[in-house]
Formats: sequence, C-alpha cells, structure tokens
Amino acid sequence: MEMIVCAKQVPDPEAPPATFKVDPSTNKVVPPPGVPPVISTFDEIAVEAALRVKDGKGGKITVLSLGNNLVRDVVKKPLAMGADQLVLLEDQAYEDGDSWSTAYALAMAVKKIGQFDIIFCGRQAADWDAGQVGIGIAEILGIPVVTLVKKVDVADGKLTVERMVADGHEIVEVPTPCVLTITNEFGEPRYAPLKGIMKAAKIQPTVWKPADIEVDASQIGAQGRRAKLGKLFQPVKVGKCEIIEGEDVAEAAANLAVKLREAKVI
Amino acid sequence: MADSKGVLVFADIVEGKLAGITTELLGCGRQLADGLGEDLSVALLGSGVKGLAEEAIAWGADKAYVVDDPLLQDYQAEAYLAAAQKVTEEISPKVILYGQTPVGRDLAPRLAFRLGTAVSTDCVELAIDPDTKLLLQTRSVYGGNARAVFTSDRMPQIVTVRSKSMSPLPKDDSRKGEVIEVAAGLDPSMIKAKFVQKVKEEVVGVKLEDAPVVIGGGRGMGAPEGFQQLEALARLFKGAVGSTRPAVDNGWIPSTTQVGLTGKIVTPDLYIAVALSGSSQHMAGCSGSKTIVAINKDPEANIFREADYGIVGDWKQALPAFTQKLKELLA
Ligand SMILES: Cc1cc2nc3c(=O)[nH]c(=O)nc-3n(C[C@H](O)[C@H](O)[C@H](O)COP(=O)(O)OP(=O)(O)OC[C@H]3O[C@@H](n4cnc5c(N)ncnc54)[C@H](O)[C@@H]3O)c2cc1C
Repeated sequence: MEMIVCAKQVPDPEAPPATFKVDPSTNKVVPPPGVPPVISTFDEIAVEAALRVKDGKGGKITVLSLGNNLVRDVVKKPLAMGADQLVLLEDQAYEDGDSWSTAYALAMAVKKIGQFDIIFCGRQAADWDAGQVGIGIAEILGIPVVTLVKKVDVADGKLTVERMVADGHEIVEVPTPCVLTITNEFGEPRYAPLKGIMKAAKIQPTVWKPADIEVDASQIGAQGRRAKLGKLFQPVKVGKCEIIEGEDVAEAAANLAVKLREAKVI
Repeated sequence: MADSKGVLVFADIVEGKLAGITTELLGCGRQLADGLGEDLSVALLGSGVKGLAEEAIAWGADKAYVVDDPLLQDYQAEAYLAAAQKVTEEISPKVILYGQTPVGRDLAPRLAFRLGTAVSTDCVELAIDPDTKLLLQTRSVYGGNARAVFTSDRMPQIVTVRSKSMSPLPKDDSRKGEVIEVAAGLDPSMIKAKFVQKVKEEVVGVKLEDAPVVIGGGRGMGAPEGFQQLEALARLFKGAVGSTRPAVDNGWIPSTTQVGLTGKIVTPDLYIAVALSGSSQHMAGCSGSKTIVAINKDPEANIFREADYGIVGDWKQALPAFTQKLKELLA
C-alpha cells in the first residue's frame, strides 16, 4: 500500500482558553508565548490510521505538510511515529490560504508524488475547523472520499470503512485510490518511540516550492482564496459564576441544589 | 451565474422525516430570502420523500424541488452530489444552506468544489450585507475560541449551519407553494463509495439532543463507575448523560454521548458539568444551555468562566449530597 497523509502544523488547540488571543489589526491569532505548535489532532490520528494499515499490510507512508516557517521537530513527529518520508510545501506563497487554495496545492503535490492507494486526512484542522481539505483533494483529483472514518479494513484492493453518524456508524465500501478523513473515534495515536525520534532526526524533508508542483502563485495561499475573511474576533464572555459555599463540599453541594430550586432552574 | 436568484435549503431527512435542523434552516432561509426580496426553495433528496414537500412549505418554503430516487435511499455521496448539482443548476440560487450534520458537512464541500465556489461550514450567524448584498457568514473557528466572518463573491454562496443556532418559524399548514419534481438521471455506475449497512447504537432513555437536563461528565470522572452515578442523577430529571472527548477516548462511555465541536450540540435548560474543564471545543456543544452548573475541584478551571453556578470540590463528595438533596426537593 502506498499511502499519503496530509498533516498540518497548528497552534496547540488545547492550550488554556484564557491564553487565546486575536490581534484585531492583522485579523490573526497570536500564538500563546511558550506554547509550541503541534500536529493538528485529527491529522495525528490520520497518521495512526496509515500506520495501522502499514502494520497489517506493509507499505510506505509519505507525509505532506503545507505552510511556512514550519517547526522541524513538530512536522517530523509523524516520521518519529513510523512514517517513511516527509514532503513540505513550504513557502510564503502557501500562507493564509483557504480550504480551496490549500486543497489545490496539496492535490498538485499528490500528482507529483504520483503513485498512491490511500490519502489520509484529519476530519478537520484544529485551527479553522472547516473540514473541507480532504474532500477538496478528492474532488480535484476525481477520486472517491469517505469522511468521518473511524475504522479501516483493507482486503483485495478494496477498503471497508466505518463512517461516524449521529446515532452510530455506517459501513461503506470504497475502491482505491481514494481519500479518507479520520475522526478521533478511530483511537489514540501511538507515542513516538525514542528510536523513532532518532530515526526522524536523520531524515531530511523534501521541500517543494510552488514551481516544483507546477502551480501558479495566483491559485495558492492568500491569493488563491475563494472565501474572504472579513473579521476575526473573540466572542465576549461575561464571567458571572456564583460559587456556592458550605462547611464542606457535601454541604456546598446540598446548598447548590437549594439554590437551583430558589432560582427556579429546577 | 450572473442571474442567480433566491435561497435554497437542502433538507436533512432522517428516517423518512424532516430533521429538526431542516426547520431551523427554513426559518433562517426565509429571513434571508425576504431580505433579498427573493424566493426560498427547499430541495428534498431521498427515496419516498415526495410526501415531505407540503410540510417543508408549511415551515416557510415557497417552492419544493423533489428528487425521489431509489438510489438515494441511503446516503451515498456520489449519487447525492449528482442530484444536488442538478437541483442547483435548475435554480441557480444565490445562497445555499445545509445543516452541519453527517450528510451536510460531507455534501456541501463536495458541491462547492464541484461548482468552483466556496463554502463556510458550521455557521452560527448569517445575514445579508446591506451594501454588497453578499451573505455574511459567521462561523466558529479555533475550537470555539474565535468567530470569523467570511464572504464570497462566487455564486452560489454555500454554508452549513450549526444545529440549534437558528430558530424555526411557527409552522403554517395553510401556506401554499409549488412542488417540482426533478429527474436527476442517476445511475448506479456513478456510485463508487457504496453504502453497505448502518449500525445503530441504541440509546436507552431520553435522547441527548432533546433532553431538558444534561449531565456532562469529563476526564475527572476517572472510570465508568463515575458515569453510573451521573446516570442516576440524570434519571432524577428525566435527563441524559453527555461526555467530553477524553471520557469517550478512555472507553468509559459510548462516543455517541460526546458533546462539543465534534460531538453533539445540546441546548438544555440545565447543563451540569461534572469534572470537566470547560475547553472551548466542549463548550461549543453546550454553551447555548440556559443554565450551566459546574462541579470541579480546580477553582481556576475554565468551566467557572462559563458557568452560572458552581461548587469547588471533589465530585465524589459533592455528587451524593447533591443527588440526595435534589431527591428531597423534587419529591
Ligand atoms: C479539534 C478538536 C476538537 C475537539 N472536539 C471536542 C468535543 O467535541 N468535545 C469535547 O469534549 N472535547 C473535544 N476536544 C478536546 C478538548 O480540547 C479537551 O481536551 C477536552 O474537552 C477536555 O476534556 P475534559 O474537560 O474532560 O478533561 P480535562 O481538560 O482534563 O479536565 C478535567 C477536569 O476535571 C477536574 N477534575 C479532575 N478530578 C476531579 C474530581 N475528582 N472532582 C472534581 N473535578 C475533578 C479537573 O480539575 C479538570 O478541570 C477537541 C479537541 C480538538 C483539538
């Protein structure tokens, strides 16, 4: 199996909400100082999904990351987990894209890679939460895609996957080559073993500039956007929590019940 | 599509019925259509769905486009996409609304990429810009930490809408509208990703999305046994138990109970958050609750910035006393 995983570097989505800041003058998020970026949660699970196929059937995993000034230790994590090679689409021209321009650049990079059976993506990136890039890559390449996948079985060139829905899951059969977007119900990504980290340190990522994937600068990054960002802001929160006290926790809890009754909440 | 006109809602149909989100989309779509002074259409895709047209009109649509085809019995993306594209080309709408549901979040981006336009997923607010007449698409981003307003000058402007973020209009059974049947020319050979079967997770008791009271349990519950205590509390209210992602990932409770950005959206009268920190991604699924109560041992936990009432302490001490007192009060 030849596999490609699209993995994005994002500001740590699980940093405390109180540290989250937007700079209104640039319409951009200010990364919290001292909190390193990470591979987007679901993309890391997508790496895990590819590794499990490789564990069972063998194969090769190429990781694709798009951005600029990517932190090597961060984008190399999939290698440390067990992926085989890393291609970075790294250039200022790729920055500030939308789902369309990002999917387009990634699809063109996939074309350059050439041979593949499955492309794994996360169900949505942990920064913009759009959930479109995997679908977009499939549409641009003209291949099928199944979204919200929580289980993958490979047999005879055909995949049987489970797709999450509100009240359970659907079983779907899909031929290769195809795109799968992976959801957290798939399971936890594995830890990178020390041996893997040492191996990853020695691997030099391949860097592709826009010219390498034969795309025009007007189609990618900020220039290629089809959705225009007007305003980015933080919703106002009114901290108004009334803390109910008591001699001990049990009494406070009983007082809470009484309070809810008085306030006609119950 | 220089002459595009009107608003088109793609109905979400679950087990042969219009899902609640569809009535919300029609309520919001009606306002947008009135703002533009144009028609509101609804598209009903499925098998045996023609009978839903009158109901969709009663919820606010002027016209109902029906694609009734056995190939649309189950959700198979390629067939649904072909049908959606056909209806879209027939109407040439300015605005298309989908629900942010398992179908809508999958189909809306496919349609946008197919048509070469843009889509904003998971919108929580929509309005027509008075100057440009473009759709202002406000969506939640960065896990709920921020909001972003998008526009696109490509037609149609496509969005998916978060459930419970818009209100339906009162149903008016006397409303009249036109029903148009569309032959989409679907063919089994276009279906590459084939639906095999659905595996339903049965819920006992009240459905989470409809429960008037939801007890949410987090990582601090520590084990499945903790959730049994939450179940007991939920039963007192005829409510339901929700959870955070770590509780699901640990296998303490089924994933269908997860509340949040990537789980269910709930808006009960009362949400009791037990041993969960109140991450932005979790709050994205419950911040619309009328009253939020927090039980957490960490006074600095973010949930206290979100809650109306709270106690600081270990749930193991708090819950028995709280449940006991409630029993007395509710008796
Ligand atoms: C893109 C993305 C999407 C996500 N989607 C979702 C989603 O849909 N839903 C979701 O829930 N999460 C989601 N998450 C995960 C989210 O970021 C948080 O990691 C998660 O919500 C934290 O769960 P928690 O509050 O249970 O755990 P923690 O943050 O670890 O909080 C546990 C809390 O329990 C308290 N506690 C511990 N022991 C006790 C005790 N004995 N008594 C009282 N209090 C105690 C602690 O003080 C702490 O505040 C998502 C994350 C990402 C990146």
